[in-house]
Amino acid sequence: MSILVVAEHDNSSVKASALVAIAAAQAIGGDIEVLIAGAGCAAAGETAAKVAGVNKVLVADNDAYSHDLAENIAALIVEIGSNYSHILSATTASGKNFMPRVAALLDVAQISDISGVVSEDTFERPIYAGNAIATVQSTDSIKVLTVRGTAFDPAAADGGSATIENLDIAKDEGLSSWDKEEIAELERPELTAASIIISGGRGMQNGENFALLESVADKLGAAIGASRAAVDAGFVPNDMQVGQTGKIVAPDLYIAVGISGAIQHLAGMKDSKVIVAINKDEDAPIFQVADYGLVADLFKAVPELDALL
Amino acid sequence: MKVLVAVKRVVDYNVNIRVLGDNTGVDLNNVKMSVNPFDEIAIEEAVRLKEAGTAEEVIVVSVGASACQEQIRTALALGADRGILVETEEEVQPLAIAKVLKAIVDKEQAQIIITGKQAIDGDNSQTGQMLAALAGLSQATFASELQVGDGTATVTREVDAGLETITVKLPTIITTDLRLNEPRYASLPNIMKAKKKTIDTFTPEDLGVDVTPTVKTLKVTPPSARQAGIIVESVEELVDKLKNEAKVIS
Ligand SMILES: Cc1cc2nc3c(=O)[nH]c(=O)nc-3n(C[C@H](O)[C@H](O)[C@H](O)COP(=O)(O)OP(=O)(O)OC[C@H]3O[C@@H](n4cnc5c(N)ncnc54)[C@H](O)[C@@H]3O)c2cc1C
Repeated sequence: MSILVVAEHDNSSVKASALVAIAAAQAIGGDIEVLIAGAGCAAAGETAAKVAGVNKVLVADNDAYSHDLAENIAALIVEIGSNYSHILSATTASGKNFMPRVAALLDVAQISDISGVVSEDTFERPIYAGNAIATVQSTDSIKVLTVRGTAFDPAAADGGSATIENLDIAKDEGLSSWDKEEIAELERPELTAASIIISGGRGMQNGENFALLESVADKLGAAIGASRAAVDAGFVPNDMQVGQTGKIVAPDLYIAVGISGAIQHLAGMKDSKVIVAINKDEDAPIFQVADYGLVADLFKAVPELDALL
Repeated sequence: MKVLVAVKRVVDYNVNIRVLGDNTGVDLNNVKMSVNPFDEIAIEEAVRLKEAGTAEEVIVVSVGASACQEQIRTALALGADRGILVETEEEVQPLAIAKVLKAIVDKEQAQIIITGKQAIDGDNSQTGQMLAALAGLSQATFASELQVGDGTATVTREVDAGLETITVKLPTIITTDLRLNEPRYASLPNIMKAKKKTIDTFTPEDLGVDVTPTVKTLKVTPPSARQAGIIVESVEELVDKLKNEAKVIS
């Protein structure tokens, strides 16, 4: 059995989410090959070759793959895909974009966002915003899977010595082109990689008030997240949204401030190790999942917390 | 141009999901069913394209049991012109839905196909991308802004690090994110008018599509429950607990 993991990278190194996908491949068992597709991505290929458990790295370095355009990446993966029993990627915005396209072109199902491997053809995955876990079995010849970022301990970034093969395959489908991006400068850890997260909701009232959370975050080395309501209201950008349709996180400590705890928000954070809720409404559902709840006005409690740290 | 919107009938997002005692699925008895929230956004975007004069006709399609007519009627009340139900009592998985939709796209020659980025029951996020693949068309997923030009569309997409803008060739498949628009409510006169709009019904066989699933659900279980913790009386107590009991801060 040979497994292909499509790894997300920033041209110089592979992302943590890719290490989680490799860990899921290890749980399935078999030879593991990693695909690095991009433009100017040779260095990322070298870091992938060092990941423990990887047998071979395929590097497809071509302008067609520079911005992860789904049409081009999918065409590349399909070209090599029939050699594998499983094709995996992380459940990231990028993986979610091209993987179903790969599955359809191979005429097989995709199993999205697996949270457990039962056997080589049977997997667990959350459904209904994580309110139920389905165990599903695939009869397809090739299993196309995306892997939940919080569900497996990442593979070790060091210790491997895979061979590197360059793929001379250029697939420019000519269907789409990349124009520009608006990417927030990251001064803090990335949400999905942070061990502490402090998130604000509608109770924050406006974007300026997020400064209260920033000060606490800086003292704790935490990332800052938000509820959908806070993003929709324009307090903070979309990349901060935690939840069913935002980012799925499971830090050691999650502090929810002025967040009611709707199921769609809980879906994104209820696997955190320790949950703290600060909310002035003692009946807020967030208290039902919080290890420590503080019923208080956040505008009083958060500055106090800041002062005590 | 024609715009096609694909909608799914799902358990309403406000319903508390209960897993059945025999672990065969979740309890769907007497549960409120609605249009998948992301598909509501898709309907709204299509209707706005018509109001802006970009689209001549908005067609709404749903694949599933005959009860899906309700969701098609909802879409018609929101401004879609006519409906198509591809009726089957079988479980239809994303790849099969995509195959059915491809047959409809071929039949209708739609230029823009809009659907939700995921359905809130299966949380799969596959159908739009699979349809694009099968039809050999471009795709713009997780859209938060759409501008239709001459033979192309420019789409801002929500990605992990923020936003990106791409240009796709028409025909194209767009999947909606939450911030693409705020869907309207149907007015009473429009609900009445919707009753007179046509819904054509086909079966997957009529369209030559085999919808047999390849993924079998062996069991459905509740997630491991979280115990509610304690209420602390003060910020001092909270910090003390985090340092000395949970040991998550130092
Ligand atoms: C299809 C769909 C997908 C969704 N996806 C997501 C998602 O991914 N993530 C997500 O978060 N939501 C999502 N939602 C939205 C979700 O249903 C809730 O609407 C949202 O999470 C509410 O955000 P909130 O808790 O910040 O706001 P609210 O529910 O309005 O809660 C605000 C809270 O702040 C408290 N508060 C106010 N002022 C203060 C104060 N001064 N001090 C202390 N507490 C205060 C209030 O008591 C209240 O509990 C989705 C909804 C749908 C339909």
